[in-house]
Amino acid sequence: MNAIKKLGMLVLLMAASTMAVASGAGVHLDTAPVNLKDQASLQRGAKLFTSRCLACHAASYMRYNRLTDIGMSEEQIKKELELPEDVKIGSTMQAAMDSNSAKLAYGVAPPDLSVIARSRSPDWLYTYMRSFYVDSTKASGYNNTVFPSVGMPFVLADLQGEQALESEQHEGHDVKKLILKTPGSMQPAEYDAAVGDLTNYLVFMSEPSKLVRQQIGWIVLAFLSVLLMLVYALKKEIWKDIH
Amino acid sequence: MMNLLTKLLGWIDERFPLTSTWKAHASEYYAPKNFNFWYFFGGLALLVLVIQIVSGIFLTMNYKPDALFAFASVEYIMRDVQLGWILRNIHSTGASMFFIVIYLHMFRGLMYGSYRKPRELLWIIGMIIYLALMGEAFMGYLLPWGQMSFWGAQVIVNLFSSVPFVGPDLAILIRGDFVVSDITLNRFFALHVVAIPLILVLIIVAHLVALHEVGSNNPDGIEIKKNKGPDGHPLDGIPFFPYMVVKDAVAAVAFLIVFVTVVFFAPDMGGYFLEYNNFVPANPMKTPEHIAPVWYFTPYYAILRAVPPLFGSQFPGVVAMGVATVIFFALPWLDRGQVKSIRYRGPIYKAFLASFVVSFVGLGYLGLMPATELYTWISRVLAVVYFAFFFLMPWYTKIDKCKPEPDRVTSK
Repeated sequence: MNAIKKLGMLVLLMAASTMAVASGAGVHLDTAPVNLKDQASLQRGAKLFTSRCLACHAASYMRYNRLTDIGMSEEQIKKELELPEDVKIGSTMQAAMDSNSAKLAYGVAPPDLSVIARSRSPDWLYTYMRSFYVDSTKASGYNNTVFPSVGMPFVLADLQGEQALESEQHEGHDVKKLILKTPGSMQPAEYDAAVGDLTNYLVFMSEPSKLVRQQIGWIVLAFLSVLLMLVYALKKEIWKDIH
Repeated sequence: MMNLLTKLLGWIDERFPLTSTWKAHASEYYAPKNFNFWYFFGGLALLVLVIQIVSGIFLTMNYKPDALFAFASVEYIMRDVQLGWILRNIHSTGASMFFIVIYLHMFRGLMYGSYRKPRELLWIIGMIIYLALMGEAFMGYLLPWGQMSFWGAQVIVNLFSSVPFVGPDLAILIRGDFVVSDITLNRFFALHVVAIPLILVLIIVAHLVALHEVGSNNPDGIEIKKNKGPDGHPLDGIPFFPYMVVKDAVAAVAFLIVFVTVVFFAPDMGGYFLEYNNFVPANPMKTPEHIAPVWYFTPYYAILRAVPPLFGSQFPGVVAMGVATVIFFALPWLDRGQVKSIRYRGPIYKAFLASFVVSFVGLGYLGLMPATELYTWISRVLAVVYFAFFFLMPWYTKIDKCKPEPDRVTSK
């Protein structure tokens, strides 16, 4: 009994402290619309990625021809992603800008994005790319609510437009809110969808074999379930005479 | 045909003890027939060892132990090596599964008094295996060369530098450098792939030889060798082959179902089996905000952090952590109970064992969390509970009111 009481108290304490940490974590993250089976979304994301992100970031573990996994033919990859003549279809995705000059320009070397969706959560990436706001105190002219003082300039500003961080009175509390000031070439919903595609692509790129992994998983589980029944029947048979 | 095979076997037996070894360790090794769920984990540990060795061999064919290429070579395995991602997920899942299985195996020993006479040496050999396994896991964790690999190794190796007088030199001796570096990666690779597995296999063989010498304990904690039939075999024992083999096979397949579910559907296990920060390449210039070891080390890590520094030195915490790990060696001599099994123990031992489990799991959880003031205080309380289980054992096992043991094993 003693032990059970202690266990109960401990669980309560842990629950209380976990909540304390969770509420202190700050920024709210929006749920990213990740769907690895939506090849059209992945292809739109890939185009956005190669045209925008690859200017500074590399994805040096990702090969272009791996995009055949999301339903693109090699011809399409070359054409639609506008691969330069000297880049082979089997090469890895390198940044247009070399890492040293990027470091000089932005203060930090832009991180490789191959596995970014496995270190940062998809929700983080999705929210981050929608949380830039104008801040004249920063060298790039932009700041970010998810990643304060981020070194990266807001390269999607022409799509989203420019946001400002403004305080609003809400039931007596000061609530900071991002307000779209100057519209970009996309409607807000359109922009969210585009960033959703990009996030979806980043999730695919962080583990291109994920879908295959799950498919093989079901086959292995089916095999083992049958094997379990057979081995169990064998055990029953052999143990018949043990009492 | 049969005749020929018998002749061949005879030929071998004259030169190598094949039939006698088979009899001694399988067909005529008698195991108690009342084994329950908890007796699966020894065999499962052996299964995980085989899984780790086989997947490890294939990983070694593609991995590069070089600070410049290690991280990239793991991603190469995940992407470019045919089915390499299966190998990698199996090996990383296997590491965590190894500890789950070993912890349950050790807990079985605590419940049924498997460390008591005449199995003291068997227990000690098992503890050496456990320590070797911790070393194996720690060194293996550096190899992917992510941020957690690097900083986890940095923190743990730095612990050695708090040892008075020889500490700093000791830390340099382990790293081979002033910080964790390419040199450290190379030597950890050598130890992880060659030295420790070799030692592990040898002491696991010794563990089995010792087991088969004294015979298995069982959930009743009584010696089946005391009741032998006219044929000289224990009345409550059944031959390991085929009975235990086929029973363990059922457990093995059931275990594999759990194993592959993790491998194929949740290889990160929510950041516990593969930490998120370890997908960032090691950067010696950038300390992560929160460094947590992998879950299987966190009970000891929490104890380390719970002990306040003395004269600015972390050494007392390091000692507490070390003692918490090796105290298990003393169990056979700390336990003064009249019975072995928890089935016939009194309420005091049960309460202490339950609090010990709570402290171990609780410390494991706290070791994963940032060390806030509240958490540190809970860790201190739990650390006291942890040590009380061992240090008060000679007293509470003696005064505990035990029930009489049965003469023969009981079935559930």
